[in-house]
Amino acid sequence: MIPYNREQITIPPNGQPLEQQPQWRKDFPIDWPEDHYVARRDFTKFMVLTSFAFVAGQAWIVIQNLLRQRRGVLPMQRIAQLNQLAIGQSLTFDYPAEHDSCILVRTGENGFVAFDQRCTHLSCAVVPEPNKKRFLCPCHNGSFDLATGKPLAGPPRRPLARIQLEIINGAIYAAGIEERAA
Amino acid sequence: MKTPFTREQKITIVYGILCIVVVLVVLQLWLLTATMNAYLGGDTGVIWPALIASLVCFLLNLGLLRHLYAMERR
Repeated sequence: MIPYNREQITIPPNGQPLEQQPQWRKDFPIDWPEDHYVARRDFTKFMVLTSFAFVAGQAWIVIQNLLRQRRGVLPMQRIAQLNQLAIGQSLTFDYPAEHDSCILVRTGENGFVAFDQRCTHLSCAVVPEPNKKRFLCPCHNGSFDLATGKPLAGPPRRPLARIQLEIINGAIYAAGIEERAA
Repeated sequence: MKTPFTREQKITIVYGILCIVVVLVVLQLWLLTATMNAYLGGDTGVIWPALIASLVCFLLNLGLLRHLYAMERR
């Protein structure tokens, strides 16, 4: 009797004997257990590569933070004259860089607020609705409080980044950005 | 001399390693999303510990993969 060596047995995936297998499987015999092993080993390798990608993502955040720290204090930038906006009116401006769109809103006689215009959900531009006392993000119907920038409804969870304002000699200046957590 | 693993033992081992690797990768995914959320919210205190934790997970994964290939050479 030939000694039984289970290492040499190839079991088809449905577990049926070879005679009951379809013809294509007989024509192209595959070492299924070995195939399963190699597939799982390669999937493990792929997951380790994914793990490396996550480390690269974390490193990218650290690098971005270092670059932000190196920028130091943001410069002052004149936005508008005090009497340029009527109550309820708004004005868009770029701060601190050319394509960083922000929005200034006059909420009262002496009330001015300015926020980064990018929605904290997916960075669509928010639109002020002073009569409803909110900013509306038209992409996913997210809304933020007009006075505080805090999320009111929709998918956003973090408030809008607030632009610090200073009023000097009748002019409104942007003097920094305040990022805020949820 | 080390005896090579049987085919069934190898499959069991690769399943065990794969389970651990998947759990660590899911942990890294959670770390990345939580860190990104904190960073965008202005909280920068967590980014270095998160990077170190993610790196440790990756090194563990790499060690397990090395072990898998070492097992094949036995």
